[in-house]
Amino acid sequence: MIDTLRITAEEALGLVERGEVSPAELHAAYREAIAERDEELHCYLTLVDAPDGAASIPIALKDIIGTKGVRTTAGSKILDDYVPVYDATVAQRCKDAGLSLLGKTNLDEFAMGSSTENSAYGPSRNPWDTTRVPGGSGGGSAAAVSAGLAPWALGSDTGGSIKQPSALCGNVGLRPTYGTVSRYGVVAFASSLDQIGPVTKTVRDNARLYRIISGRDPCDSTTVDVPPVEIPEAEDLNGVRVGIARELNEAEGIEPGVDAAVRRAIDLAAELGAEIDACELPRSVEYGLPCYYLIAPAEASSNLARYDGVRYALRREADGGDYYDMVARTRDAGFGDEPKRRIMLGTYALSAGYYEAFYGQAQKVRTVISREFAAAFERFDVLLSPTSPTVAFKLGEKTENPLAMYLADVLTIPPNMAGLPGLSIPCGLSEGLPVGLQLIGPQFSENTLFRVGHALERALGFDTVPERLR
Amino acid sequence: MPEWEPVIGLEIHTHLKTRTKMFCRCEAGFGAEPNTRTCPVCLAHPGALPVPNERAIEWTIKLGLALSCRIADRAVFHRKNYFYPDNPKGYQISQYDEPLCIDGKMSVPGADGDTEIGIIRAHLEEDAAKTIHVGGATGRIVGAAHSNVDFNRSGTPLVEIVTQPDIRSADEAKRFLQLLRQTIVELGISDAEMEKGTLRADANVSVRKQGETGFRTRTELKNMNSFNHIARGIDAEIRRQIQVWESGGEVVQQTLDYEVKSDTVTARRRKEEADDYRYFPEPDLVPIEPPRDLVERLESELPELPGVRIQSLKELVGFESALDLVSTGNERKARLLVEHGLDWTTAANVAMNQLAAIDPLPANGPALVELIKQRERITREALTDSFASSATTIIDVKDVLAQTVVGDASELEPLVDRILAASAAQVESYRGGKQGVLGYFVGQVMKETQGKADPKIVNELLRKKLDS
Repeated sequence: MIDTLRITAEEALGLVERGEVSPAELHAAYREAIAERDEELHCYLTLVDAPDGAASIPIALKDIIGTKGVRTTAGSKILDDYVPVYDATVAQRCKDAGLSLLGKTNLDEFAMGSSTENSAYGPSRNPWDTTRVPGGSGGGSAAAVSAGLAPWALGSDTGGSIKQPSALCGNVGLRPTYGTVSRYGVVAFASSLDQIGPVTKTVRDNARLYRIISGRDPCDSTTVDVPPVEIPEAEDLNGVRVGIARELNEAEGIEPGVDAAVRRAIDLAAELGAEIDACELPRSVEYGLPCYYLIAPAEASSNLARYDGVRYALRREADGGDYYDMVARTRDAGFGDEPKRRIMLGTYALSAGYYEAFYGQAQKVRTVISREFAAAFERFDVLLSPTSPTVAFKLGEKTENPLAMYLADVLTIPPNMAGLPGLSIPCGLSEGLPVGLQLIGPQFSENTLFRVGHALERALGFDTVPERLR
Repeated sequence: MPEWEPVIGLEIHTHLKTRTKMFCRCEAGFGAEPNTRTCPVCLAHPGALPVPNERAIEWTIKLGLALSCRIADRAVFHRKNYFYPDNPKGYQISQYDEPLCIDGKMSVPGADGDTEIGIIRAHLEEDAAKTIHVGGATGRIVGAAHSNVDFNRSGTPLVEIVTQPDIRSADEAKRFLQLLRQTIVELGISDAEMEKGTLRADANVSVRKQGETGFRTRTELKNMNSFNHIARGIDAEIRRQIQVWESGGEVVQQTLDYEVKSDTVTARRRKEEADDYRYFPEPDLVPIEPPRDLVERLESELPELPGVRIQSLKELVGFESALDLVSTGNERKARLLVEHGLDWTTAANVAMNQLAAIDPLPANGPALVELIKQRERITREALTDSFASSATTIIDVKDVLAQTVVGDASELEPLVDRILAASAAQVESYRGGKQGVLGYFVGQVMKETQGKADPKIVNELLRKKLDS
């Protein structure tokens, strides 16, 4: 029997390579686990049968990643019946590596949200406590990996949609450096921020999956060549310079339990040989979130304009056949409240007379944030902080207050604005729920993040299996 | 109305004839079945991303250099946001405040000297799909029963050239466009044919009192599909604006269509024009930073430009012919004839008339010149046939000259006498006052000589005999 709750992707790969388990058997084992637990957790929107001749282990993809011939909804009714005619580059790279698609995971509509409660198909639930959210927007991928419904998964991270749900579900999640992973074929939310990344049980699994998906793609002009990915081995942190940015670690709203777990992890880093020192990011944290809520909605308002009912997916006819009326009806029927809210915000921020004050100003602030981080990385190899100020919150707790929901990403957004990579690893429990530790590095420092993450993971010995499922 | 001075600026769009589209690798060009040259990118499927066509960028730089523009060190693509069925992404990728080519000029030769027209910018963008609105009175989307969209054109590379409002007459606008078109064609970057829509031009028109330094309200004139229509449209709009001002009214900023049949302009309905395009930098593309050595290489490869050649031709054939030769492409034919010894005036004349629709093989140069020099001795038919065949076959001069004209009166006289003798009735009729019968006799002579008789001589002979 394969214990999908316990087994890491690396171990599963080993089983397949040694011929102890066939890829089809492995796929079937996960399907069994899904049959057993997904009714409660609602991680998957679409399930896929094992393809003939699968060469390796399965994978789950967030339903924002386009998959040829497999329905891709982005969590929205407007794409309810949309079946892509091509594979996203990351989906293709997974196929090329022999990975078989288990299914498409739930998300907040168009990745807009921090709890999956904005999904048009209903929320996913946290495997540690099903009255709580798994985080978002990639809650489906995170909950699936946590509950043994996939050995690993891909998510997308714009403001924190990989890091935050990974933190809330006790997984390892990487948001890679902007430009290292192709966005081609991934339903766009905010193009200058969107990045695809791995959600896994271990740091080594994460590095393996990042190795598969990263690298320049001729179909995405914003991608670059990536340094060879190293699977981390070292268990010490000798010579690693760790910065503790005051604003990220003492931000308003960080729960005491979260703070305590993160502090323990920092002490442990010191014990492993790291040099720890304090630093400041005064503008990045204060202005990161407001800056994000101008840029991301502005780009979204433009990216979501293609859903007009003309060529594919949902269409609501108008009386008398008027084109503009048809577009308005289609978009009104197809988009949920959050995309509508952000389309309106973004349209406003880009409008004549407001552009300079809002979008233009936000871009300038973004440059300031980048410089502030760059200055910090002259002194440090990595910055440590909580990933999320809180552990998983209750379903419904923040749905009536969009601003409270937006604050869930207050610590993940600043490095994202600067295009920096961030790794979230579980560093303990607070009130019985996982706490995420965020590791931020300079551009293209994924190998450093994996090394530090791996050493801490070994020393922390966190059990990724939710207590209630053990 | 000499006290009014027109102020005209032009916006020209030209398709680049690259093999593939601007941001995807679909084949570009015309004539395919609707919606067969499409892909996720040019249909704006979720997740599709643009990848710029390098050749289109190079060609735009080339055009910019030909228009004496500065090539930007850093140019940025912007998104121009608006809803329309021909705009699949909901935004057009265009350029806004950081275009590729900036601040150029083109010298437009005129009969009274040259004028310099400033070029504000030349930038690269993608074309929209083609829409056909079915039903409704106007042929436009408002009121249409349904619209058909062909995405084959969606994403075709398009260069937009914007001039300063330096143009002062419809005729000058036309000459500018002729010269610009010829420049584009000679650079080999576009066929620039208005009939096919690979060249389109809109005009911004205003008028002001002579001596005024500021500008009055301008209107935008669209929907003109030949250089002549553009000139006529601009003239119609100038007349309208002068009339508005003189009757105490005020010109309103608006977009107008020129209607050829009525020679008038009509206003477009407002709903078809977005007010705010919400431009912002296209985050899916990185800025273009043309390497200096590329720009230098493209500059060194520029051919001698049409404007420069008009200047030198003007001295040889006069301004009108020089402009005509260069802007029609007939110049090459004239040069071929001159090269083989013909004088410029005759060469220009033949190139613009007899050879206007013919593209002779260069190897036929000497033969053509020989035939033109001896054209008095050759029948018109033989000459026309020779010109026509010069595009495909090598002309045998001797063979053509063998069909010489019978121009010797003494040789023709017996034949004329014989014909007159055999046509007593017609002779009587002519002498009775029916001058038109002369044609009958000429025809008879030509028939007998198989067209070789010189008609002038035949006419003279006939008149002499009949009128005596």
